[in-house]
Amino acid sequence: MLSSSVIVGASFAYLVVLFGVALYGDRRADAGRSLIANPWVYALSLAVYCTAWTYYGSVGRAATTGLGFLPVYLGPTLVMGVSWLVLLKMVRISKAYRITSIADFIASRYGKSRLLASMVTLFAVIGIVPYIALQLKAVSSEYGLLTGAHPGTSGDWYRDTALYMALVLAAFTMIFGTRHLDATERHEGMVAAIAFESIVKLVAFLAVGVVVTYFIFDGWEDLFVRAAIAPDLAPLLSLDMAGSKADWFALTVLSALAFLMLPRQFQIAVVENVDERHLKRATWLFPLYLLLINIFVLPIALGGMLRFPADVIDPDSFVLTLPLAEGYSTLTLLAFIGGLSAATSMVIVETIALSTMVCNDLVMPLLLSSQRFRRWAPHDLTGLLLLIRRGAIVVILLLGYLYFRLAGQAYALVSIGLISFAAVVQFAPALLGGMYWRGATRNGAVAGLTAGFCVWLYTLLLPSFAKSGWLPMTFVDSGMFGIELLMPERLFGFGDVNATTHALFWSMLANIGAFVTVSLWRPPTAVEAGQASVFVDILKREPRGAARFWRGQAKIDDLLALLARFLGAERVRTNFLAYAHSQGVEQIEDLEADGHLVHFAETLLAGAIGSVSARVMIASVVQEETLGLEEVMNILDEASQVRAYSRELEEKSQALQAATEDLRAANERLKELDRVKDDFMSSVTHELRTPLTSIRAFSEMLLDDPKIDLAERKRFLGIIVEETERLTRLVNQVLDLAKIESGHAQWHETDVDLIELINHVATTAGQLVRNRQAELTLELPVSVPVLRVDRDRLIQVLTNLIGNAARFVPDEGGVVRVVLSESEVGVRVDVCDNGPGIPQEVQSEIFEKFRQASGSGGKPTGTGLGLPISRQIVEQFGGRLWVTSRPGEGAVFSFELPRKLAVSTGESDAQG
Amino acid sequence: MRKALARQRLIACTLFAALVFNAPLLWLFDASVAVFGVPLVFLSMFGIWAAVIAVLAWIVESGFR
Repeated sequence: MLSSSVIVGASFAYLVVLFGVALYGDRRADAGRSLIANPWVYALSLAVYCTAWTYYGSVGRAATTGLGFLPVYLGPTLVMGVSWLVLLKMVRISKAYRITSIADFIASRYGKSRLLASMVTLFAVIGIVPYIALQLKAVSSEYGLLTGAHPGTSGDWYRDTALYMALVLAAFTMIFGTRHLDATERHEGMVAAIAFESIVKLVAFLAVGVVVTYFIFDGWEDLFVRAAIAPDLAPLLSLDMAGSKADWFALTVLSALAFLMLPRQFQIAVVENVDERHLKRATWLFPLYLLLINIFVLPIALGGMLRFPADVIDPDSFVLTLPLAEGYSTLTLLAFIGGLSAATSMVIVETIALSTMVCNDLVMPLLLSSQRFRRWAPHDLTGLLLLIRRGAIVVILLLGYLYFRLAGQAYALVSIGLISFAAVVQFAPALLGGMYWRGATRNGAVAGLTAGFCVWLYTLLLPSFAKSGWLPMTFVDSGMFGIELLMPERLFGFGDVNATTHALFWSMLANIGAFVTVSLWRPPTAVEAGQASVFVDILKREPRGAARFWRGQAKIDDLLALLARFLGAERVRTNFLAYAHSQGVEQIEDLEADGHLVHFAETLLAGAIGSVSARVMIASVVQEETLGLEEVMNILDEASQVRAYSRELEEKSQALQAATEDLRAANERLKELDRVKDDFMSSVTHELRTPLTSIRAFSEMLLDDPKIDLAERKRFLGIIVEETERLTRLVNQVLDLAKIESGHAQWHETDVDLIELINHVATTAGQLVRNRQAELTLELPVSVPVLRVDRDRLIQVLTNLIGNAARFVPDEGGVVRVVLSESEVGVRVDVCDNGPGIPQEVQSEIFEKFRQASGSGGKPTGTGLGLPISRQIVEQFGGRLWVTSRPGEGAVFSFELPRKLAVSTGESDAQG
Repeated sequence: MRKALARQRLIACTLFAALVFNAPLLWLFDASVAVFGVPLVFLSMFGIWAAVIAVLAWIVESGFR
């Protein structure tokens, strides 16, 4: 046992720290250096999802269902995975239209409907107040457990810890939740405190987990092995006790939707979001938090059940009783503080969210529509607004406390966690449907909510009352009016699943069914259609937003006066001035009172009093024309047509641009080809003219001078024959090259053994080398892969290269080496000479047509087409041909043929 | 382009997680096998969860820049 003074003192100290953190957060916000403007704080504050129900209740659930507690945390993990799609849209909409609560969101979407706003608020209060009671109960009963006192329900009310806790929390919430009226309804200090609390509860829970696992027991293995041999614990180690597969799935869906729909989650994730980019990191950081806080749940549950005899101690309190029983009193205190932080964070945020809803969506619309209120209302309404907020906070917390006093240990309180989830999930069809489906109407949303809520009431809440003894059990056991089909937990005989799954299924069926059917019954009204497009298209580029649906006349002074009543004159002037500057106007008075300004004023007001009330108030000071559905549809069509046109235009201009680009490239290529052709033609004619000139000269000499002696005549005729041969060779090569380049050349591919081929070429082309008094040496390996290539073409290449080398070797001691080897790519042939070499700068030129280096004779002796043709041939086989040379050290012409040409030896038909 | 790709990756990863966290896939791990004394289903449950978180972290921290 711990003394109550220690616990109270520690709790009090903790709350003081909390106040300090919140105060610091607010100070920093006022100074413009926000404490919470970073993704870590955002992700941590999201962990307000983990309440005392998580902190204590998960262990309790694990003690009976094994891993069955996990879907409650898997659901939110999945939602966070797609937060960049769903939550982002909610954040954008809420920021654009200053939406401050989930009731406001839904009401706004369906044409700022007052009915919907109050319905959602009412349902939320009914669903959530018991949940707040559960938090109070958790803290109060754990306190009682530690001090040995009886839990609060039996003692005098003024000695009840829960009451004082409720009052302290009310004070905290009032101070940090309604410190001033903010047009964005953001509370930086509160968020800082919540993030702090998230750290405290995580650290406390992990500390208990580590101590239980590693100090009280001997690590994971010890715990699990001992549990596995205990007959009543072994099933907890599998999924046997986790409920049916359908229940598991339903619980995942339920918690995923509740994570989006719980008022406190909406408050933290959407309203308090400083920067939408924070969602990115929260996408993985928040699931990580959930994983960490859950990893020791099962070990603590198993530890408690191994340590204590069965049914003596409530598993819900293992987090405290285990360290206490083992004498870790400091840890017990820490664990208690952790539980306290879990409970207080939930209560604070939930109360702020609910009080905003009650004030803006329930009380204000009611007040503002009453004629009497308008008559006696003070001019400055800011004080009244704050008063209503604070009143709502106190009332909600006291309602929670009252429920806790009344319900006590009853089933209705213990099981409220999931019942609450199921209640808020009823908002999902209207909210999510409204965000993605234009056709959803206000009547559809009202019908869906009503149907879903009634089914929830009948299948979940009333049975829980009956189990608490407040209603006769007969209607649960035998159905309403004794009709078996109406049994609330086996509706129409569907009873293979647990009560939560059962209620979720039927309530969602009724909710979605009614929502869709009624929405489809009538087309949306003008206002609904306008709001639908505003919500659904928020992520698209929307130049004018909601303002384009407004037609009418307004005066700036009227708007200023109206807003000043709710927000204070100073704040309104500042905001209007900022707006004026954004419009490029110096003075507020110079602003044009158009739809945009009216929309701006309404949005500003909506942040303070909710969109429903803001609509009513704005409508009271401006003269508006009501737009017919036709007109709204026209505006929407216009916008979508403009969007479609601009998209089409964009696409077309892109296509045009691409086409222009293509054309320009083609033109360039044509020009280039033209230039190449011209070059080629002039080169060819030049090359043809040289031999022709000498043939003609010698022929004329022979013709003109018949007295030339025989020897001379013979020499002339020899030259003529030689030049004719050169001419023929040139023409042949030009034709050859043209054929290869145009792709009309014929390739006769056979299996070629390069060793054999080189030997063959050496005998034929060797004569060229020997003519120059040079030596031809071959360096061949024992074997190389047989390649499938055109044998004659390859001979042409080799002959050409050897002939080239022979032309360039020195007159004395010339050596031409042919080296065959296997390289990384395939087979490589090097033809080396010991000639003068080729300077670096002309190495690339020699592969161009009609470019040739001077031979050792001083003048070019080839046709200038051999190398280009050889290169074309080698490249045709997928290989490459290149030269390496340093002046004075000879040149090496090499080519490589890729290995893929190799034929597998088995199917070689050895034609070559 | 990269944003659209990251978005698709997020959806795919979430769908994968939704599948693995439910029947029938999750129940495949429900064998009476222990790894270092820890039941397989417990280990795989948290292991997959951690892996999903790691993938999500990789996608948002690298893909959106």
